[in-house]
Amino acid sequence: MTADSLTASRQRAALELIERVRAKPLRFRDPKLTMAHGAGGKASQTLIEGLFMPLLGSDSLRELGDAGSLRVDGVGLALTTDSFVVKPIRFPGGSIGELAVNGTVNDLAVSGARPLALTLSLVLEEGLATDELRAEIEAIAEAAEAAQVHVVAGDTKVVERGHCDSMYVCTTGIGQIDPRASLSPASVRPGDKILVSGSIGEHGTAVMLARGEFELEAQVESDTRPLWPAVDALLETVGGSLRCMRDATRGGVASVLNELARASGVSVLVREAEVPIEPAVNGACEILGIDPMYVANEGAFVAFVAPEAAEDALGALRSVSGCERAAEIGSVGADPPGLVLVQTAFGGRRVMDMLVGDPLPRIC
Amino acid sequence: MKYVDEYRDAELGQALATQIVATVEPGRHYKVMEVCGGHTHTIYKYGVDDLLPENVELVHGPGCPVCVIPMGRVDDGIAVALEPNVIFTCFGDMMRVPGGNGTLLEAKASGADVRMVYSPLDALRIARENPDRDVVFFAVGFETTAPSTALTLMRAKAEGIRNFSVFCNHVTIVPPLRALLDSPDLRLDGFVGPGHVSTVVGARPFEFIPSAYGRPIVISGFEPLDVLQSVHMILRQLAEGRCEVENQYSRVVPYDGNPAALRVLAEVFELRPHFEWRGLGFISSSGLRLSDAYAEFDTELRYSIPGVRVADPKACQCGEVLKGVIKPWECKVFGTACTPERPIGTCMVSSEGACAAYYNFGRFEREREAVR
Repeated sequence: MTADSLTASRQRAALELIERVRAKPLRFRDPKLTMAHGAGGKASQTLIEGLFMPLLGSDSLRELGDAGSLRVDGVGLALTTDSFVVKPIRFPGGSIGELAVNGTVNDLAVSGARPLALTLSLVLEEGLATDELRAEIEAIAEAAEAAQVHVVAGDTKVVERGHCDSMYVCTTGIGQIDPRASLSPASVRPGDKILVSGSIGEHGTAVMLARGEFELEAQVESDTRPLWPAVDALLETVGGSLRCMRDATRGGVASVLNELARASGVSVLVREAEVPIEPAVNGACEILGIDPMYVANEGAFVAFVAPEAAEDALGALRSVSGCERAAEIGSVGADPPGLVLVQTAFGGRRVMDMLVGDPLPRIC
Repeated sequence: MKYVDEYRDAELGQALATQIVATVEPGRHYKVMEVCGGHTHTIYKYGVDDLLPENVELVHGPGCPVCVIPMGRVDDGIAVALEPNVIFTCFGDMMRVPGGNGTLLEAKASGADVRMVYSPLDALRIARENPDRDVVFFAVGFETTAPSTALTLMRAKAEGIRNFSVFCNHVTIVPPLRALLDSPDLRLDGFVGPGHVSTVVGARPFEFIPSAYGRPIVISGFEPLDVLQSVHMILRQLAEGRCEVENQYSRVVPYDGNPAALRVLAEVFELRPHFEWRGLGFISSSGLRLSDAYAEFDTELRYSIPGVRVADPKACQCGEVLKGVIKPWECKVFGTACTPERPIGTCMVSSEGACAAYYNFGRFEREREAVR
């Protein structure tokens, strides 16, 4: 054996060992929670898979989708819940109230369910101005109307000053699973195409800049919007060829692709040059050293579709308001399972891993 | 993005890649070290090494400011952060670096007021806005970041801000390079020289590398075309039998550096007799501390610092990795006990760290072999 081939075989052995370690079920061993556990990246995943799942894991929960599903008398229902803790509560393009409605109806929509109704829980800080509360309730009412859902139940708690940041909003949503949809990570196949529903990174960038910590200004607005119309158009056009969708919220498109690659046991190749990003978002991210692929969206999702349906799916998406910049950004491969690769615009390739740590403040 | 995209042009990249192939001798193996963590980051972010022929190997050097901070200094920082009334500020990467006793992120979870800043001036602003709190800035970095710390201190002094101090961990670039070149197990053909450090110190201080150690060095910018062109320039020197300091980054690096920045460095800082480097041990005259004129802002004089030396974990081979003696994957804990989520060594923490970058690259390498 030559020195070079010896090195190569040792390297292969080392890398195979790493893959085995990676493939092991995640264990949650952290003694305390840090902000990283809420950032939607690896630490969040470890917390969910290492602590919550072993204790709570129902079949539906184990799928780790955006919404859980159940069947009642032959009717498929989707159920989801979310808490909103964004700071500041108002930002260019939206506010916590609007986010609380859209975030939850979108989790239903990308699960292939038409949103039906919401519940609303408010945790309010002592001293909050009534005008601010009224503005958010109005925002909730408007967003609910736009998304065609009713708020059917609610709860209010007030906590002492300093115990929550102005207000936290929790919404739970129920939706009816559309008969045209047969979505599951297990249906993703090598050769499938990957679409995003619009330009990415706007919500996270808008909130980050609105916090005013970076003395950086740019015309970037949150993309918060209800996604059911886009999903509806996709289902109408390509129906059964639609394999799976995910709402690219916390952790951004990169985290969603990693989750799906892992859940589907496939590899993913993203062509960086095809990813639609507004110049202002690109500029802000460049200055702050953040990759827009990891920045949160509140009105963009990732869809995996059968290759023959990709063209039609793209056409259907682009006809929906807010999704004009929808694009095919990559494709699914077989090996190695769970890996997301990026073909860089420069011509090289690299791995795009899940987010580690928390590069961003509270954004949703 | 204007004036940025020009340096990321894929066609020009391919053209350079072709020229590089034409420059190297087919049978020869080339080892080139990029000194600076910023270059490592560029190489991975754009997949630059994917465009290099197989016999050109890039070795990641000791120029990641976060990676070279020894564990004891992190523990010292945490001790200060836990002092009552302190707001402890640092760059984001620093928060995840493990000391002997956890990370700053964990200290924050335990109640310490640790805040991420993008600039030392942000730390000073926090001090201004919180006059009843003591604000400490954890200063790290080479001559690149030291001038901004210096200017911040000058401003603090001019404004008479008393509740601000700097825990100084600034280091200088030449001594570790010399230590590296002196180590007997090193085998390198040339260096991609640090770009942003050189905007301050200039190209002149690197003349000793060709003259005393017979290795070419090319000061390089941070865009992918910069790095690729610099590698080409090094290989061309080797092919033509030249050995000198060349400046690829001439658009911002003057030969003599930035005299204004050097002046503020000289005013605010002085050399420590020695400073400990992660994995490289103590190196003489390699670290900076605040000069007597700025002693009132020195965290180390304001608080009692434990100053405990924490030996690097036995299993961790960050030192060998930083010297380019071993590849990250050759370290016994790489990718198994030491991962970006749960780093043992600093090289695994920062996105500029050789191990963190290689951790992902290694997985890619396996994929590439599968494709072949």
